[in-house]
Amino acid sequence: MRNPLSDTIVNIKPSGIRKFFDIASERKDVISLGVGEPDFETPWHIRDEGIWSLEKGKTFYTSNSGLIELRREICNYLSRRINVEYKADSEVLITVGGSEAIDIGLRAMVNPGDEVLIPQPSYVSYEPCAILAGAKPVIIELKNENDFRLTKEELSEAITDKTKLLILPFPNNPTGAILERKELEDIARICVEKDIYVMSDEIYAELTYGNDHVSIASMPGMKERTILINGFSKAYAMTGWRLGYAAGPKAIIEQMRKIHQFAIMCAPTTSQYAAVEALRNGDKDVEMMRESYDQRRRFLMNAFKEMKLPCFEPYGAFYVFPCIKEFNMTSEEFALALLEDKNLAVVPGSAFGDSGEGFLRISYAYSIEKLRVAMGRLAEFITKLREKS
Amino acid sequence: MREKILNYIEKNSRVDLAELSVLLGMEQVDLANELEAMEKEGIICGYHTLIDWDKVTSERINALIEVRVTPQRGQGFDAIAERIYKYPEVEATYLISGGYDLLVTLEGKTLKEISNFVSSKLSTLDSVISTTTCFILKKYKDHGTIMKTKNEDERMIVTP
Repeated sequence: MRNPLSDTIVNIKPSGIRKFFDIASERKDVISLGVGEPDFETPWHIRDEGIWSLEKGKTFYTSNSGLIELRREICNYLSRRINVEYKADSEVLITVGGSEAIDIGLRAMVNPGDEVLIPQPSYVSYEPCAILAGAKPVIIELKNENDFRLTKEELSEAITDKTKLLILPFPNNPTGAILERKELEDIARICVEKDIYVMSDEIYAELTYGNDHVSIASMPGMKERTILINGFSKAYAMTGWRLGYAAGPKAIIEQMRKIHQFAIMCAPTTSQYAAVEALRNGDKDVEMMRESYDQRRRFLMNAFKEMKLPCFEPYGAFYVFPCIKEFNMTSEEFALALLEDKNLAVVPGSAFGDSGEGFLRISYAYSIEKLRVAMGRLAEFITKLREKS
Repeated sequence: MREKILNYIEKNSRVDLAELSVLLGMEQVDLANELEAMEKEGIICGYHTLIDWDKVTSERINALIEVRVTPQRGQGFDAIAERIYKYPEVEATYLISGGYDLLVTLEGKTLKEISNFVSSKLSTLDSVISTTTCFILKKYKDHGTIMKTKNEDERMIVTP
């Protein structure tokens, strides 16, 4: 029989997270700090709107681009939060989570051989999606000493005449790093000068602690070369609703819509109605959740300080990224030993790229009570390791 | 900052000072001073515990009593409200807009205890015109807290 499989997909490494998930889920009474989604349930008024739409019989496809009311609300939101004006009818596409937007955005923008710059550590899907789109992924290894921010030097060094697109994943999963206005201005200048497009994944934009998030799309000359990706999962605790969006130049959105139309048809209708409510009346929920994450973030940073575990201070998303290089173990070895010994699950930093080696991703989408127990276990574990050495 | 402190302790007043100062990103001594100041100023009026008495064997009965009264010249409703809220069995007293004037909540051990209070103490007050007593049959949610046991964490154990 002939090989039924595509070489391209077979050659893509499975996500390192998957492997860890399989091991962790076989154990009992595990405390997990390994989850990349909010611990809050979707606020009730948003769920209620979803239920109401079902009761009213809103059970049909929407237009390929998504409900026009929702696209209008997204434009209002973007105008109010990041100060960029988009046209609801031609510059916004509603997708099945931010992840679909990443996939079809890449497919709509690259030709075979084009280079796509991917700063790592970062979310697990950029590299495989770039490969599936036929591009050549070029990894930029972000550094602990820069607090895992992308510097203009790192960017300039990675650019060749084949570079088409830069993926800009900030606020960052897994590091919690953000980029501030000054850094974004530098990056924007280089992109304009070298004629490079940007895919800015801003799914964690609402979760920054300190200054408000700044979008690269608001920099001079950038709106026309940026595909902005955002969604409802993180800000409104709506992961299971699978709803995201892309906003950008009409020509790119049009081609993305084509793929979306053939592959997906439209994003879930119920979720779209719920999302309209989220954007109209959800600010106070976001505020409440952000404050809560910020408290947990401080709690963890303080716990690390007490156990003398080095960790740069992250100002975004809901992750901290402590360094475990002193223990002379790979992050996978460390995470496995921690799981075996203390029943505590964290994700090895190496699951997010080679430059995550020597670090752990610890999520704080958990209650303080749970974090307190978990930090107790982590402290015991590293004390034991230090005693041994 | 005060609002942040209050928002937190409104839901959980049992947290220790050292931990709360970390959560709010302030010095422990500043936090202690703020709390003391707010207690003195009467902003923080007490630290209570929310108890689901249904899960405890001892019986308790709660009632809401709608009271219509004649306001008094020069004092409005304040004097009559005071006469009512001074009874220790009265848990809360509110002046209400709408069909009646005062809403009084009561806690007692038996139905008789509550009806005695209403008939012999409350209704006999000069300014009280009428009362309507409503007994609470079941508490679903109290002080922003749902009384049902919480759901387990339904998320998968590790996700990207």
